[in-house]
Amino acid sequence: MERIKLFIPLIIFVVLAAMLYWGLGRDPNAMPSALISRPVPVFQLPALGGLNAGNTSAADNNATVADPGEVLDESIFLGQVSLLNVWATWCVSCRVEHPYLLDIAETGVRIIGLNYKDEVAAAQQWLAKYGDPYEQTIVDAKGALGLDLGVFGAPETYLVDHLGVIRYKHIGVVDDRVWRTSLQPRYQLLRDALPEADK
Amino acid sequence: MIAADTGGARCYFKEGSLANWRAITLSALLLVLCFPAWGVIEVDRLSTPELSERYQQLVAEYRCPKCQNQNLAESNSPISIDLRTEIRRLLEEGASDTQISDYLVARYGEFVLYRPRVQASTYLLWLTPAVLLVLGLLVVVFIVQRQKRGASAAPTALSGSEQETLQALLEETQSQQDKTANPEKVESS
Repeated sequence: MERIKLFIPLIIFVVLAAMLYWGLGRDPNAMPSALISRPVPVFQLPALGGLNAGNTSAADNNATVADPGEVLDESIFLGQVSLLNVWATWCVSCRVEHPYLLDIAETGVRIIGLNYKDEVAAAQQWLAKYGDPYEQTIVDAKGALGLDLGVFGAPETYLVDHLGVIRYKHIGVVDDRVWRTSLQPRYQLLRDALPEADK
Repeated sequence: MIAADTGGARCYFKEGSLANWRAITLSALLLVLCFPAWGVIEVDRLSTPELSERYQQLVAEYRCPKCQNQNLAESNSPISIDLRTEIRRLLEEGASDTQISDYLVARYGEFVLYRPRVQASTYLLWLTPAVLLVLGLLVVVFIVQRQKRGASAAPTALSGSEQETLQALLEETQSQQDKTANPEKVESS
């Protein structure tokens, strides 16, 4: 019994050291999304491409109000595996990841943009200037869809399967490392699981 | 000092810098006065005092998803402002505290709760303090018991040779004290 007692401090130390070592490798900002395995929230928002905000004259503004352009809803995610990328022109990190998004879009990855709490004109200028990796861009000027998605900053990227269910969320910039280690393997799995007709 | 050597321009500059200090100090003081006002402005937008009170309690209980060591009341990040607005909206719509909590958890996860729910994944968190308390009490009881046992076991009789050694030591000390010191001095010191 006395012998065993001698080892108690060592055991406590080993357990504590193991826990702290395990904690070292973890990202304290990593926060699992509450929406994993849940469908993309219901929404009805304008598409950026259809909005005529480039012209600022009164007549054009009236035209925009009368014709809100194309309206997108959650059905745009059906049938294909997509990335949903939350971005804004005020977001510096979005500028950083933008070229990489263009690269992966070129390889055939379908990316839907969510322009989060931004100005339409600025967003359109941004895409015209730096290139447009998005098949569609949803305009969420008030951040309502962002709130339903649990967005708390940009950039954030969701992986959505062909049934419109969120399968994974990456918070922060998507770069080569992130894409290869966390997003692409999951994306490929979902693609491989698609019915032949949808591929 | 430099100002005195080089004349008017510097003097003016020096006065200017003093005025700057006054201005800075004054602005700093005013800024301090401003901080409590942030909360007040938002509270005023709720229709009844009861709602305001619930709102104050709620925003203190949820954690800002972005700046993770602040609650919603303390944080001025855009997401906290949005969430405070949502909580006010829900309160005005008559939502219960549970509904508001469900609403936030559905979007931002259990993570936003500063008071985690009691469930399988949080048993460790909730029960650890109680378990540690019980363990601590057990250790105290164990130590006290052992000391009691030790105290009752202590006055065992010395063996014959031990008694003789002790006696010899005591006598030796006594004789040394008698030789070296005046008894009064020893007592007084």
